Amino acid sequence: MEKEKDREISKRKKVTDKIRLWFSHVPFIGWLLGCLLAVVVEQIFGSMVASMIGLPKIPALFGFVIILKEPFLTPSAIIYVLIIYLLPVFLIARFGSAWLNALARKLLSLPGWMTTLLYLLLMYGILHIWSDISAYRVLTMKLMMIAVILTLSLNVINGYMGEFSCSHPGFMAIGAYVSSALTVMLFADDKLFGPALLPPALGPYLFPLALIAGGAAASIGALVIAIPSFRTRGDYLAIISLAFMFIVKSIIENLEVVGGPRGMGSQPDYANLPTVFIWTVACIWIINNFVTSTRGKALNAIRDDELAAEAMTVNTRQTKMTAFLFSAFWAGVAGGLFAHVLRYVNPGTFGIQKLAEVLAMVYFGGLNSVYGSIFGAVSLSLLEEFLRPLELFKWIIIPLLLIFVMIYRPTGLIAFREFNFQKMIQPRKTPDKEV
Amino acid sequence: MPLLEVKNMTHYFGGLRAVHNYNLAIEPGQIRALIGPNGAGKTTVFNLLTGIYTPTQGSIRLLDEEISGLMPHQIAARGLGRTFQNLCLWRHMTVLEHVKMARYSRISYGLTGAFFGGAKRRGQEAEIEERAYSLLELLGIRHLADQVVVNLPYGAQRRVEIARAISLEPKILFLDEPTAGMNPEELSKTMDIIRKIHGELGFAIYLIEHRLKVVMELCEKIQTLVFGEVIAEGTPEEIRENPKVIEAYLGKEVIH
Ligand SMILES: Nc1ncnc2c1ncn2[C@@H]1O[C@H](COP(=O)(O)OP(=O)(O)OP(=O)(O)O)[C@@H](O)[C@H]1O
Ligand SMILES: [Mg+2]
Repeated sequence: MEKEKDREISKRKKVTDKIRLWFSHVPFIGWLLGCLLAVVVEQIFGSMVASMIGLPKIPALFGFVIILKEPFLTPSAIIYVLIIYLLPVFLIARFGSAWLNALARKLLSLPGWMTTLLYLLLMYGILHIWSDISAYRVLTMKLMMIAVILTLSLNVINGYMGEFSCSHPGFMAIGAYVSSALTVMLFADDKLFGPALLPPALGPYLFPLALIAGGAAASIGALVIAIPSFRTRGDYLAIISLAFMFIVKSIIENLEVVGGPRGMGSQPDYANLPTVFIWTVACIWIINNFVTSTRGKALNAIRDDELAAEAMTVNTRQTKMTAFLFSAFWAGVAGGLFAHVLRYVNPGTFGIQKLAEVLAMVYFGGLNSVYGSIFGAVSLSLLEEFLRPLELFKWIIIPLLLIFVMIYRPTGLIAFREFNFQKMIQPRKTPDKEV
Repeated sequence: MPLLEVKNMTHYFGGLRAVHNYNLAIEPGQIRALIGPNGAGKTTVFNLLTGIYTPTQGSIRLLDEEISGLMPHQIAARGLGRTFQNLCLWRHMTVLEHVKMARYSRISYGLTGAFFGGAKRRGQEAEIEERAYSLLELLGIRHLADQVVVNLPYGAQRRVEIARAISLEPKILFLDEPTAGMNPEELSKTMDIIRKIHGELGFAIYLIEHRLKVVMELCEKIQTLVFGEVIAEGTPEEIRENPKVIEAYLGKEVIH
């Protein structure tokens, strides 16, 4: 009896090993091309397949929402995902590894910037074609990418530097309001600020500057926290930054020029999908540059032993201030994008719930890890959308999941892993003949 | 002119006088030691010299520049490298990263390099890395370069601390009980290493040590500290024969 069970298990293990072996030979470009094929297939045959298997329309998010809303459609949703997404990816991954590796090698032989550009274009292409199906997908993707920026920026402080900051929703609010005030005042006719001061045609070109201004304003706000918190060693940051978040919120609520508690609308529609994508890529690139430099690793040294860092010539106070302002900048940029994606902001958004959300993304994904933050932000944003039909129960399931992660992996799922794009796009070893 | 000159340094922790009227002159290239019973104030002296505490009174001059009152990182950058009595390593970082980190003050690529990369940063990082590897080679731990320090055995961790301190190009290296908790074999290896780095790099070394065998063999000059006060200073022979030292400290131990 026991033996049979063992054999069963070992057989199953063999199968999974084999599958893993097949797929370990697939380079990154293979997965991308698989996804591209999948989204193209969906674009062309999606509605047809959906109606054939009895779905009312193309499932918005991989069928999860349909399954929860109308459970009897579960088999159809699963079939849809299998045919449209998994089959193309599987086919390319399974049968293409030889030429995919050749392709990966070819791409690597191009100049570095061109390789990167091609990969980015491919990724954007997938995103674009997939989102093209519905406005809901576009919105979900934009908010997801903004969550990536915010999570990464918080990970710099809570993960890499090992202090606990609660002020990121506050920075986000500052960024959102400053950039919105600029774009609305300059490029939109609005009852708060009157007619546009500059020709609206200039708007999209100057939008990056508005975002940067929002980020810079958030950095100035961060200075208010950093000066008292980093004067001496010790855990003041958590408390001061929490207070800061509430103060920012109530200041905005009482600031009638920007609409007070009612919020502020009529932001021009500048934050389209490519814009958000470019900012997200820039953020990942710059933050990853920073944390992999010896200057950035000083944050790790400070976290692990501040005294030793000082004794090894690290200017700890300056390093902490810089990192905090840098992190606030990106939270501000995320806020600016957020405001222009929704084209409306109100102070209520930037409260304790936002804080809980971004903390969850950081700790779920993994501390001290760019991969982790991307993973945390993407998976939790999607999960929140998947579970939307459950309404309140969503707020039981997500925290439970987090508790499990915290118990079994206290630093998060992909913690302490260095993000390396060059390594990611390397060709994989091609399989031996007999496999 | 001595490299480091300390005059009448006194330090109080609240009401406790941890160091009293301490004087010191370290010559370039000298190896000397600070000995004394537990709680005598030896580590406190090191912490004062490296800027972790600011002395209540007295002056500390490095190459005729007053350094008391500077931040520890400034003092370190001026050439005082140190190790700690109870290892202070960065638990999530690799050996190589430790040794590279001590070059922090010499990095000049600035925030632009840190945020956007570029040729200057690549050049400097490569240079730092190459240097780090050669120091690891010197200390015989090059093969551990990519290991995270917490996974290393105790002896190797001690070496990482030494490598890190050397990496900042010290004029004086402060070693706080470098052989604490080592067995005789590790002990003699560590002594060889101290001799080797001193021979190759030529900085002065100031060490705190409990094992008199180490002190007597390595050092030109020894100070004995008891209750924060120096009760004797001299060559190993002089210290060995000094009745005050024997009474206060050596009486309980055997000298070889
Ligand atoms: N930060 C501090 N605050 C208050 N008292 C301190 C502090 N650091 C050390 N002391 C006290 O100062 C005295 C000297 O301590 P120190 O650590 O310098 O001794 P030591 O000679 O290094 O001893 P050991 O051989 O045990 O390392 C001790 O009485 C200790 O309790
Ligand atoms: Mg001590």
